[in-house]
Amino acid sequence: MLIHAALEFPVWGDPNAPAHLHVAPEYLERAYEETATPNVVTAILADYRGYDTMFETAVIFSAGLACFFLLRTRSRKDPGDRFFRHLATDMVIRIQNPSMKIPDTPYLQPMDSFWTPRSTIVRAASRVLAPFIQLYALYVVAHGHYSPGGGFQGGVILGASFILIALSHDLRTCMRQTPEKLIGVLSPAGVLFYAGVGILCVLAGGNFLDYGALAGWFGMAREAARSLGILLVEMGVAACVMATMVIIYANLSSAGGHRQGL
Amino acid sequence: MSNYPAFLIIAPLFAACLTATAGWIRRSLSFPLAVSGLTVSFLSSLGIAARVLASGKFQYSMGGWAPPLGIVLELDYLNTPFLVVVSGAALVSLIATRQFVEKEQEAKAPAFYALMVLAVTGMLGMVATGDAFNLYVLLEISSITGYALVASGDRLAPLASLRYLLLGTIGASFYLLGVGLLYMLTGTLNMADLSRLLPPLYGSNAVLAAFLLILCGIWLKAALFPLHAWLPGAYSHSSHASACLLAPLMTKVMIYVMLRVMLSVFTPAYIFDHLSLEGFVVTLASVAVAAGSVMALAQRNLRRMAVYIVIAEVGYMVGGAWLGNQTGITGAVLHALNDVLMTLCLFLAIAAVAGRTETLDFKDLNGLFGKMPFTMGALVLGAMSIIGVPPACGFFSKWFLLQGAIEAGRFDFMAALLFSSLINVVLFFRVFEYALYSDGHMHKQEEHGQTGIQEAPLSLVISLWVAVAGILAVGFCSGPIVRMFIQPALL
Amino acid sequence: MDAIIEIAIAKYNYWMYISLMMIGLYAIIAKNNFVKKIIGMNILQTAIILFYISISAKRGATIPIIRHAEGHGHEAVNAMEYMNPLPHVLMLTAIVVAVATLGVALALTVRLYARFETLEEDEINDQIREAQ
Repeated sequence: MLIHAALEFPVWGDPNAPAHLHVAPEYLERAYEETATPNVVTAILADYRGYDTMFETAVIFSAGLACFFLLRTRSRKDPGDRFFRHLATDMVIRIQNPSMKIPDTPYLQPMDSFWTPRSTIVRAASRVLAPFIQLYALYVVAHGHYSPGGGFQGGVILGASFILIALSHDLRTCMRQTPEKLIGVLSPAGVLFYAGVGILCVLAGGNFLDYGALAGWFGMAREAARSLGILLVEMGVAACVMATMVIIYANLSSAGGHRQGL
Repeated sequence: MSNYPAFLIIAPLFAACLTATAGWIRRSLSFPLAVSGLTVSFLSSLGIAARVLASGKFQYSMGGWAPPLGIVLELDYLNTPFLVVVSGAALVSLIATRQFVEKEQEAKAPAFYALMVLAVTGMLGMVATGDAFNLYVLLEISSITGYALVASGDRLAPLASLRYLLLGTIGASFYLLGVGLLYMLTGTLNMADLSRLLPPLYGSNAVLAAFLLILCGIWLKAALFPLHAWLPGAYSHSSHASACLLAPLMTKVMIYVMLRVMLSVFTPAYIFDHLSLEGFVVTLASVAVAAGSVMALAQRNLRRMAVYIVIAEVGYMVGGAWLGNQTGITGAVLHALNDVLMTLCLFLAIAAVAGRTETLDFKDLNGLFGKMPFTMGALVLGAMSIIGVPPACGFFSKWFLLQGAIEAGRFDFMAALLFSSLINVVLFFRVFEYALYSDGHMHKQEEHGQTGIQEAPLSLVISLWVAVAGILAVGFCSGPIVRMFIQPALL
Repeated sequence: MDAIIEIAIAKYNYWMYISLMMIGLYAIIAKNNFVKKIIGMNILQTAIILFYISISAKRGATIPIIRHAEGHGHEAVNAMEYMNPLPHVLMLTAIVVAVATLGVALALTVRLYARFETLEEDEINDQIREAQ
């Protein structure tokens, strides 16, 4: 059936296909004038179809929430055997009694049950790389107006930098840097920020997500206000995507225990 | 306030995010936040209904962009009653199931509330939107949260949920592909614009393919009989809270989407004049009604029985919509509205019973009328509505469906409807028989000084009776609802 | 014959997406292992993404970023010079949805494995039958 139908489809790359003639040219011709954003994809994503994108962010948020909800276990009843390494002698201590408290000394280092020694080169390299990756991610978010990029891409890169730390060191190191509570709050906060910008537009007298209405408040032209609105919502998107990436990774890799994984 | 169409959908979204945040900061705040979000959206849906009644249908453009460029919410006679019923039913089931959530989920209760509210956001958005692609995004929101909610049940729930996820994703992908074909052929995603641009293309196979893909996707999600495989497992293994939310709403919202696609994107002129599918679809629906009823008869468990009744009801609505005459579609719309209330009542009653008995097998229901008079009273009224006894609302929609079937000369569908009503009588009277009969064991307990009445928690019983009141109110107002909303919608 | 070859070549993007989609559907329905089913689901979604992106292609057009943006004033934009941006936007959404679904599916798989210690569907069914 699909093959039969495909015989009536327009030829690949045909500039006169109906899809190119109806709404798309209007976007192309008007986007720069109306939103001061040369990247038409970004303009449509965050402005013309900004309502879609808000729910897209909500999809990400709900996926993170679902993973958290499905997997996170907080029972302290049976953490299984715990392993520690004595740094001076390189001996591994295995503790089977779950109620036994381990003093927090610099001589003992907690470790995973399937532990393979990690290469110092990899650890050092990823530690150095991570800040640069994060910087690049911020560039991608901020430069979405002018080049391919934007909140989703930037957020994914930002999240990947944390996952890199988790991979090269271990999950505990990653979770120390981004505590669960922080990312748990950041993920809905991203959506809230996006929707909040929309509410601000309502308060400023426009329709929901009509960034042009903000022009009066900031004393700028409508196009510039739209451009600013796009930047603001992209930041919300990036925060949500970054936090959700870490949530999904942490919960999946450790089956919800957050103690060890991969 | 001209912005309440936005608040209808934004309020629950906001509330869901705040609920999840509150889970990390102050857990006691999360439930009130969730309730207030849904209350705001229920109130705005009432406001929308008032405005539609006063001045006819209107649009709300998101971001202030006119339709083909931006996304609009279309608020007309067809979807306002759905908005009111869906947001109301969601609010009732959220309040009713609080005990279950707090007991079963403990620390994760805020996440559960947030997922419930997000699912409702998706459904309300699907009902309100006027954009074919936006509908897909919202469908995915309610599906993804739905998978998580379904997985929160007994030990088999994750398996049922994973099967639901795989089939649901196929359904959503088909819908997306169908929308893609339409976009390729017309260049627009707006529903009104599509219906304007499609007529010259009606002969094309590509439009037919798009229509069939969209329809298959929706039917998969709505669990029409041969495509229902995910539903029994998903709704019988999930926790009571999620079943009370999803079972009444999800399939009915998909039926609404089917009606919307049939009426506003592909007009009835295309469906009934250019295609001759209605014979096949009505036969399919008749089979669905009969098969759902027979499968319900085979169950020995109250909840599994209710699940198969849901499948039979889907057949009612699909069949009514495809009869091809005004009466049939009126019946389908009215039945979808009624069915939200009836299923809500049924599942709430089941949840209440489950709180007091060990299992929901029929043999464990002994003496329930004595123990839980209010719950069982509500169940009797809900059952009357499902069977189709006059004062309850189920009678009126079935009446329209039967009339439509006679008008269209589809006596097989009519026979399936009557057969299913008959089976429903048998089903419920069997349940009531078990529940009225109390064995000697019970008497002994009462003699030993135990209280006879062990009602479900008060909030649950009150919510249950709110649902019953809804059933009766819609029953008494069927005439005005049809006259004020459904008939103008079909003109 | 020539006509058939011409159609086969001119519309090769559609044949690609149809075959990918069928591979995905086959994997979801016929494979026994849940991870393979999930991979099939992903292939299915990717096929649809490929379809949308191939709609947006225009011969001789460039990416939809307006070229004269940096302070060269306002000249009229010729829509024929740029690709159709809308499918790209839609697919950004679809990719995000696919990722979200994948995350939830994998989370469910982890739960399933913790419960049954296998991911083969028939073995899981056997275990359920034995338990009853």
